[in-house]
Amino acid sequence: MSIFVNSDTRVIVQGMTGRAGTFYTDQGVRYGSTYVGGVRPGKGGRKHLDLPLFDTVKEAVAETQANASLVIVPAPFAANAMIEAIEAGVETVVCVTERVPQHDMSRVKAALRQSDTMLIGPNSQGILSPGQCKIGVMPTVHAKPGNVGIASRSASLTSEILAQCSRAGLGQSTTVGVGGDNLHGVDFVDCLKRFKDDPETEAVVLIGEIGGRAEEDAADYLASVDFGKPVVALVVGRHAPQGRRMGHAGTVSSFGLGSAAEKTDRLRRAGATIAVNADDVVTALVAQNEAA
Amino acid sequence: MFVSEHQSKELLAQYDLPVPVSRLARTPEEAERRCAEIGARKYVVKAQITAGGRGLAGGVKFAATPSAVADEARRLLGNPLVTAQTGAKGEMVTAVSVEEALDLAESYYFAFVLDTRSGAPMLLASSEGGVEFEQRSQMDPSTVKSFLLESDTPETRDALAGFLSEIGIEQDPPTGILMAALRAFIDNDMTLLEINPFARTSQGEWSVIDAKIALDGAALFRHPEFESLAGKQGLSEVEMEAQANDINLVRMDGNIGVVVNGAGLGLATNDMVFDAGGQPANFMDIRTTATSFDIAKGVSLLLEEPRARVILLNVHGGGMTACDTVAEGISFAYSRSDRKLPVVARLAGQNADWGIRILKDRKIPVEVFDTMSDAVSRAVELAS
Repeated sequence: MSIFVNSDTRVIVQGMTGRAGTFYTDQGVRYGSTYVGGVRPGKGGRKHLDLPLFDTVKEAVAETQANASLVIVPAPFAANAMIEAIEAGVETVVCVTERVPQHDMSRVKAALRQSDTMLIGPNSQGILSPGQCKIGVMPTVHAKPGNVGIASRSASLTSEILAQCSRAGLGQSTTVGVGGDNLHGVDFVDCLKRFKDDPETEAVVLIGEIGGRAEEDAADYLASVDFGKPVVALVVGRHAPQGRRMGHAGTVSSFGLGSAAEKTDRLRRAGATIAVNADDVVTALVAQNEAA
Repeated sequence: MFVSEHQSKELLAQYDLPVPVSRLARTPEEAERRCAEIGARKYVVKAQITAGGRGLAGGVKFAATPSAVADEARRLLGNPLVTAQTGAKGEMVTAVSVEEALDLAESYYFAFVLDTRSGAPMLLASSEGGVEFEQRSQMDPSTVKSFLLESDTPETRDALAGFLSEIGIEQDPPTGILMAALRAFIDNDMTLLEINPFARTSQGEWSVIDAKIALDGAALFRHPEFESLAGKQGLSEVEMEAQANDINLVRMDGNIGVVVNGAGLGLATNDMVFDAGGQPANFMDIRTTATSFDIAKGVSLLLEEPRARVILLNVHGGGMTACDTVAEGISFAYSRSDRKLPVVARLAGQNADWGIRILKDRKIPVEVFDTMSDAVSRAVELAS
């Protein structure tokens, strides 16, 4: 099993005809995921990568019964693309676009409040359930089906941890990139709730970083429930200079919230095992496995 | 992207927010001349820097006469101002704002931000406005109250008035002014609009005494009017050059040049370097859209850094930034530089073997390791 997506997920791609859209649709298809069409206004009725193109998400959903969409369009158009998918009732929308303006995300989040759509991203590597479904831009060379769930704010670090897990014989149920921006869709808490209810997920890895309060919210959630599965948390950026943005838009601490020490303290108190560095995650998982 | 106080107030004045009369000056003589244009009973001279904490650091001075204004301007101009937010080097003062000094009866703190949870604009407010706001609010966060502003309706304005009474504003609440500020916040893609203090003068008039605006750099494509502001923003030339090549680079004080793809992996790598007793010369995040030429530029910037003694290459190849792309970039940078710093490489993910082969074929002085920890230890050893 998996969270948010599975082998029955039917994916359309908004922005499929672009360079990145073409590349990642092709990779998704090759990985064995079910891609059923693309959306490109003005090109409805044509085909791209042997898949039908539609003018609107609504038409694409009606014709293909798609229940997920990959949004891979330039930043100025990303918000409207997400809102179009949300209004068309797509269950899972994954946006990998970087540098979406924050006030645009304010509008997207207002649209999300009126819907049941789960938005993953923006500025996310996407979601991968090894062997079942890939929607996004992550590499799959080291991915392996299994029982570790990963939720992360960082794409490259997720790939790294995933590779280390696979090398240690620990496959993955689902890896979710919640995205590196301040304003985004699903957060760690949404992922944790799904992982808790997913019978195939036996342990969870949270990959956080300085800034924002996603890790604090996750800690509050973990402290409030009997989670029942081991959680290993890594928070990177302990030594980052104060007040500088480090790559991700969300990586600046402000208003006393968001320091690595605060985050790890709260996660530890909520029962998570803290991995000090990236190379310690698998060690912690294996120790948890042996204890169980 | 922070906007100077003067520009912030000009922008807010366009939305009819009450800002004191002020003029910008770049020399003491100009500051003195500006007083005649303002024609106030007394003046305040303010250093124009983007960092906060200016008042406590001596960057805001009152002056009774135009010649006293010139004296204060002379003290500030051409010198760095060190505040709690600038770091030890401070920020150079190249302009001052000369303003009419008002007698303030009450000072409040207001800020508009986007609430990360709901995505809606949020007003933060405190009755403890003024220069010591940040210290006080950090000691006691409960002095700051928040209010979500999802739309501009009569109901919202009534609720806002109720909220303002919670911070002690009962008489003549400035709801109209705050709603105008909200419009400025949204129209201009601000990520922060801070008014501190927002004050009531002894004559009972509301006034925006100081304002700080941060604009969303990602929204600049629809604000050509802000283009002249982009770029500067406290970034060094090296950092700006990297930005132009799809590489996020932050200069640091150490001697290990790090080449990493992805912000999270970059932070993780630097954490490990520090823990192993080393000091990174930089933080790097090669964005997924970077080409091998962009990467070559980023690596060249590190090779030109005199402090750097070793290059630590930690890449997890994926999607469009596969390891061979990064290796090509490194090789290109080395082929154009006489400074052949040793490279400690750890490549994983997409096309890792291919990347290593490229580095060896091009005679890059490289040592290859399987794990991040081993690569980091070796880099620290070579740097010390």
